[in-house]
Amino acid sequence: MKTSLADILSQRSVWRGGALASGHGRTVPTGFPTLDRELPGGGWPTGGLTEILGQREGVGELQLVLPTLAALSASGRRIVWLAPPHLPYAPALAKAGIDLEHLSVVRAPGRRDGLWAAEQVLRGGGCHALLTWFRDIRYAELRRLAVAAETGHGAFVALFRPEQAAHEASPACLRIAFEPAPEGLSIRILKRRGALIAKPLSIKIERPVHALAGAPFPTPCARGPVARPCSA
Amino acid sequence: MGLAAAWALASQLHVWPSNQAAKQEALECIAAWMYRFTPRVSLQMPDGILAEIEGSLRLFRGLATMVERIRAGVDQMGLTPTLAVAPTARGAWWLASAGQETLILDRAVLETALATLPVAVACDRPDALDLLHNIGIATIGELCGLPREGVARRFGQALLDGVEQALGRMPEPRNFFAPPLRFAAKLELPGEITHAEGVLFAARRLLVQLEGLLAAHQAGVRCFLLMLLHRNANPTVLDLRLASPCREVERFMQLLRERLSAYKLAKPVEAIRIEAGNFVPLHAGTVDLFEGSHAESEAWVRLVERLQARLGSEAVHGLGLHPEHRPERAWRALAAEERPLCGDESAGVRPLWLVEPPRRLKEKGGVPLDGGPLEMLAGPERIESGWWDQGEIARDYFIARAPSAALLWVFRERGTTGGWYLHGMFA
Repeated sequence: MKTSLADILSQRSVWRGGALASGHGRTVPTGFPTLDRELPGGGWPTGGLTEILGQREGVGELQLVLPTLAALSASGRRIVWLAPPHLPYAPALAKAGIDLEHLSVVRAPGRRDGLWAAEQVLRGGGCHALLTWFRDIRYAELRRLAVAAETGHGAFVALFRPEQAAHEASPACLRIAFEPAPEGLSIRILKRRGALIAKPLSIKIERPVHALAGAPFPTPCARGPVARPCSA
Repeated sequence: MGLAAAWALASQLHVWPSNQAAKQEALECIAAWMYRFTPRVSLQMPDGILAEIEGSLRLFRGLATMVERIRAGVDQMGLTPTLAVAPTARGAWWLASAGQETLILDRAVLETALATLPVAVACDRPDALDLLHNIGIATIGELCGLPREGVARRFGQALLDGVEQALGRMPEPRNFFAPPLRFAAKLELPGEITHAEGVLFAARRLLVQLEGLLAAHQAGVRCFLLMLLHRNANPTVLDLRLASPCREVERFMQLLRERLSAYKLAKPVEAIRIEAGNFVPLHAGTVDLFEGSHAESEAWVRLVERLQARLGSEAVHGLGLHPEHRPERAWRALAAEERPLCGDESAGVRPLWLVEPPRRLKEKGGVPLDGGPLEMLAGPERIESGWWDQGEIARDYFIARAPSAALLWVFRERGTTGGWYLHGMFA
């Protein structure tokens, strides 16, 4: 059988050093133009794993995926939060423009149950974005998830992992690490389909204090006797 | 052959009384299952089922295909049928009870086939049968050769009428079977079983019957009970719930597999029983004009079912808003199919992560600590509510920056207790 070089290059599993792979595989826009420019295909990959590594909580890490989630939920796509470390807070999610109807939370206390559930979600179909939190996960297990993501229905899969995982090998097709920065987040792309990029990207994300510009809270509209205006 | 004669021939013979109730239960299950082929199904006690299939031949692509499907279906229930087809109901029944698996469509052929059958199939009175044997009548053909008046006088008109009905010269009205509105079936296992796979295998047989009954009613179920019966202990009852009404064996099995994989059989199982009631109308899926969205939501429903079967029904939930000022009550966990309500969106700035229950923070000189002193950026937002239901809170909320650059949502308890708590993170 004859295979031309073009055929080989058109396969998703092959990327050419030096150039960003583009047009191969589907992506969903991240909502951050600076980040989209650096990602192959111009967005989060679907049908593969995306690792988001960072040590700290509460520095805006969820903001990274919120625009994507809002867009997906607006078009009726289902989003699953698997084993989140805290409770995803519905009022804040609604305010961020996410249609709660298409959002589901799956609680899986054990590591094994979590992996099993992730695989079920990826293989089962009917879900377009999966967010999971794994503190420790072995290479073989990641590999299993990656295969499930590839054979599944093209969901965007974000794995939130601690920063130390950056030193381990991973079958994910995109790995990024975030750090808090004055303007928002500083993002390093550790792995992507394409040439490596050494320079960190700085991404402006919305913080509640920006919106308030450091001012005290606006008085919530008084409703009945129970919500008294602040007196402080 | 009498029991005594049988024992005389084989002294180590074990004898079990035939269980009439179980037999009838099995017969009714098959009858209900047969409903998928034709609405005209009739029970022939004690061990036969008659079904009029002529009207359904075209739908099931011919006689041979249909007969094979019936045989395969009954086989799946763990029973071996003898199938015969004839132009008359009684003719088919006689052929089957004589063990002749023939497909006869022509009356003339039926007449010759019936003539060779033993008279025992036509006559159920032992004294009449003995008498017939004594006068040398062994087959139905020979019986028909006798003078009719004499036969009617000696053996009763019923015997002759039966022959006439079998040949189609006389109508034979029958009562049609109406499938019951609930399902309950028990299966004795050949031996005691200690592993889940064995239970699964046995359950499949009963679930095939359940599917048949549901198909007869054009219905589905949302839940069914599986009971594992033990020798000297109370039965174990597993309650299996489906996210949407269903009648497919494969989906039932998938659910059962997940459930049993997480379940440890404490005692050996002797028999299993499956019960289901509350049939819900369920129509066969129609072809969707806009393909995809329906299949997708169907896939999701099944996924939820699998996840809940293993992780528990609380493990999968949606998020909804609730009009409440207390932050911990401003949201609701929704069951898989519930739609979120509109909530109060006028509340202040809220974090994406809620830390539940609130975590007590250490403090130093009145300043809360979380990896270092917190810097208050905005606040306070005072929330006082819930005096009417024991869940009263009186808190001042602040947005604070930790040394790690994390933005936290913290509150100070008002009143005598005081104290700082972490309640959320602006992730």
